[in-house]
Amino acid sequence: MADLTSTFIGIKSPNPFWLASAPPTDKEYNVRRAFDAGWGGVVWKTLGEAGPPVVNVNGPRYGAIYGADRRLLGLNNIELITDRPLEVNLEEMTRVKRDYPDHALIASLMVPMNEDAWREILRRVEDTGCDGVELNFGCPHGMSERGMGSAMGQVPDYVGQVAHWCKKHSDLPVIVKLTPNITDIRLPARAAKEGGADAVSLINTINSITSVDLDLFAPEPTIDGKGAHGGYCGPAVKPIALNMVAEIARDPETAGLPISGIGGVTTWRDAAEFMTLGAGNVQVCTAAMTYGFKVVEEMISGLSQWMDEKGMTSTSEIVGRAVPNTVNWQDLNLNYVTKAVIDQDACIQCGRCYAACEDTSHQAISMSETRVFEVIDAECVACNLCVNVCPVEDCITMEQMAAGSVDPRTGKVVEKEYANWTTHPNNPGSCAAE
Amino acid sequence: MKDNAYTAGIIPGRLSPEDYAENFSDLHPRLDDHEALVAADRCYFCHDAPCITACPTDIDIPLFIRQIATGTPEAAARTILSQNIMGGMCARVCPTETLCEEVCVREVAEGKPVLIGQLQRYATDTLMDAGVHPFTRAASTGKRIAVVGAGPAGLSCAHRLAMHGHDVTLFDARAKPGGLNEYGIASYKTVDDFAQREVEWLLQIGGITLETDKTLGLDVSLESLQSGFDAVFLGIGLGGVNALGLDGDDMDGLHDAVDFIANLRQTSDVATLPIGRDVVVIGGGMTAVDAAVQAKLLGALNVTLVYRRGRDRMNASVFEQDLAASKGVRIITNATPRAVIGNGAVREIEFEYTDDDLAPTGQTFRLAADQVFRAIGQSLTGGSLPALDGRKIAVSSAGRTSISGIWAGGDCAAGGDDLTVTAVAEGRDAAMDIHATLTGAT
Ligand SMILES: Cc1cc2nc3c(=O)[nH]c(=O)nc-3n(C[C@H](O)[C@H](O)[C@H](O)COP(=O)(O)OP(=O)(O)OC[C@H]3O[C@@H](n4cnc5c(N)ncnc54)[C@H](O)[C@@H]3O)c2cc1C
Ligand SMILES: Cc1cc2nc3c(=O)[nH]c(=O)nc-3n(C[C@H](O)[C@H](O)[C@H](O)COP(=O)(O)O)c2cc1C
Ligand code: SF4
Ligand code: SF4
Ligand code: SF4
Repeated sequence: MADLTSTFIGIKSPNPFWLASAPPTDKEYNVRRAFDAGWGGVVWKTLGEAGPPVVNVNGPRYGAIYGADRRLLGLNNIELITDRPLEVNLEEMTRVKRDYPDHALIASLMVPMNEDAWREILRRVEDTGCDGVELNFGCPHGMSERGMGSAMGQVPDYVGQVAHWCKKHSDLPVIVKLTPNITDIRLPARAAKEGGADAVSLINTINSITSVDLDLFAPEPTIDGKGAHGGYCGPAVKPIALNMVAEIARDPETAGLPISGIGGVTTWRDAAEFMTLGAGNVQVCTAAMTYGFKVVEEMISGLSQWMDEKGMTSTSEIVGRAVPNTVNWQDLNLNYVTKAVIDQDACIQCGRCYAACEDTSHQAISMSETRVFEVIDAECVACNLCVNVCPVEDCITMEQMAAGSVDPRTGKVVEKEYANWTTHPNNPGSCAAE
Repeated sequence: MKDNAYTAGIIPGRLSPEDYAENFSDLHPRLDDHEALVAADRCYFCHDAPCITACPTDIDIPLFIRQIATGTPEAAARTILSQNIMGGMCARVCPTETLCEEVCVREVAEGKPVLIGQLQRYATDTLMDAGVHPFTRAASTGKRIAVVGAGPAGLSCAHRLAMHGHDVTLFDARAKPGGLNEYGIASYKTVDDFAQREVEWLLQIGGITLETDKTLGLDVSLESLQSGFDAVFLGIGLGGVNALGLDGDDMDGLHDAVDFIANLRQTSDVATLPIGRDVVVIGGGMTAVDAAVQAKLLGALNVTLVYRRGRDRMNASVFEQDLAASKGVRIITNATPRAVIGNGAVREIEFEYTDDDLAPTGQTFRLAADQVFRAIGQSLTGGSLPALDGRKIAVSSAGRTSISGIWAGGDCAAGGDDLTVTAVAEGRDAAMDIHATLTGAT
């Protein structure tokens, strides 16, 4: 079985599956059970300044989006940082780290935008024996109204500044947790790096309203007839998170900056995908909140089986494997021509491909009297929509046309050589060699 | 000792009250909200869906299932009922395994169809339980139409005509409307007096005058209907039953299965119904299976269904056959009754094995029988009727008979299989044709 031990910015853990800073890591009881269940590390629920802790709403905190059979696809929350006193959290962290020295324990921090506040919290956190700190620049609700969380994370200068303070006042490794509620994720990542951060983690939750109560005419979750936007997470946000991770991994200015991948990690496969796009490890919140701590067992067994199949012996071999293949649109090969092909034996004749292509795409699927569905190569632009809507996996595949054959749609010979938009004759800015 | 399954003879009260209640409870109780959502989520919303084509009333199945999935079962019910006003009964009695669910792409792909019938029931029950009748009657046309037979065909026809503003008089020979919904369908398929509730709900459209205990050919003549009304629709089903044609057919203990079932359906306490210890049912259709199963449910010890041809030729669907087997009914095929043996009352029946072409093989066997149910087919009755095609009323498209101004549909009309849903479709289509004929509308 593959060795899953992981070293992330010098922090060792038995596996790359950490619990993200959130309710699962809110207290000693949870974290002990998480470690016992097999989680490699935890980022403790975000700590605030000493003094009276924040208060949470006393009505519902979560809203959800469901797929078939009430499968939870997206979760939205309006929870704040820890609402327990700082001292209590620090004592618990100290005890847990003492009893689980081989597991990673990271302190998540959020204090106002001034150097003293950061120096003070770092001083206190260091005494717990924790392995590092994560700066929560992500929380998009409540805390941001008080000028913290994403309100800081959306200003790259602040991100860099705080990272700098933390490095200056502490020897602990510093991870900057980024908010996705920003147009270009590379800017705060660059700022974090310039400020001296050891790593970034992303994504925190996305501003969202999951639904509206159509009787109350108020957003859900509804508190006394009103709702506030919350932060979105769970499987639904994974595509957004993957892209943001990849953006940072392939940005020349941040290339090589360690990344902790977060956002919708639900299975070993999700974790592997994040890692191939540059994440050194992953953090999980919603999957644990949906299914309990036990899900990590599947993540562990799945990842190690896949690594065995790929002949990989260390998780570090996964990291960044897909980054070189993540390119800009203009670098895609326009001479790569495919056609949809329907496997008639697998087809169950639902006609969804037909409806999709006929109504909304390129009228490239024919339907016979006897419900035989066939692709018309002369019309198929290879958009992949039929593949996406077909309920039978692998029933429709995209098959590459051999170089030298003629694409019946364009009447052109399929070229063997790679050619992209930058040199395409239709591109006004093309610099094709004559 | 109290009577039980082993007591000889035809007696009531073989079972405990709990067993009776359990045996005659709903075969497929209505799905609860969550079950309905899970079932609805399985539908692929197929393009030009094969299930629609397979439904004799062309219900837009993917649409109504999507309406359930999005939390609007009432809208789903409207979708169903606009095509099939007896969508509630059909949801309970349709052999879906040979109709919509047989061709559902998920049945074809995985052997597990979308539960169309049960979803249909979920939707229609939701609307009907709310007491909502979703259709309104058009302005009166002043046209009067006689509908004879208040079974599925007649009710469907009457409703559609009334909806278009015609005045309908609905005659039925029986005391209660509903036809075989009330007197024939197996009790565990339509519990809690659903047949009567559905008729009452259907009649809310208005414009339909129900005249029970009025038999065509006895109390009213076809001629009087022709002269007194602008059009006539015949939905009289098949009132007669076929005989075995054997000596001893009149011995005690021999009954027509339809009478047994009708009696069962009209009894308020099934514990009072006498049933034999050794019951033999002769026939291979839905009636035979229903009689056999219900005999078993009443506590008969041995119930044997004997059919003259092979299993594949049985009119009862595989689901029905399996249901019978699961209740402990023994099915013997390729055997024809040859003699009724007994002295005043039946004691045994002798059968001869036949090959697939019904040719005798010379091999005989006897089954002990204190009660025998004949279920070898029903026949048309009703006095002078339009021209026949075989044993049923000949019809062209949309139920037109040989006599202008008279339409027919349901079991009494030729063509089509003898199913509730087919009767509903034929009644509806005849109504549309009558409407078009009388008003010139198309
Ligand atoms: C035992 C049994 C079980 C069945 N189970 C199923 C099932 O599970 N699923 C299914 O789809 N189908 C089933 N069927 C078939 C289904 O019941 C019929 O196909 C359907 O009822 C036909 O409807 P109809 O309106 O044509 O006739 P009917 O339902 O027979 O109604 C005819 C009506 O006309 C009346 N009538 C007859 N003669 C006259 C007259 N001379 N004057 C006035 N009124 C008259 C009758 O009283 C009756 O009310 C079953 C049939 C039987 C016998
Ligand atoms: C209820 C809830 C509370 C959260 N609280 C915090 C927090 O205090 N600090 C933080 O950095 N992130 C917090 N998060 C964000 C998660 O750590 C994580 O970034 C996000 O949920 C995406 O991961 P997921 O898709 O695996 O849930 C919270 C998330 C949830 C659902
Ligand atoms: S790939 Fe696109 S264009 Fe081609 S058949 Fe499929 S849906 Fe139509
Ligand atoms: S969507 Fe897939 S299964 Fe359905 S008809 Fe098309 S190819 Fe066949
Ligand atoms: S065939 Fe099955 S899956 Fe397709 S629309 Fe009908 S019920 Fe749904």
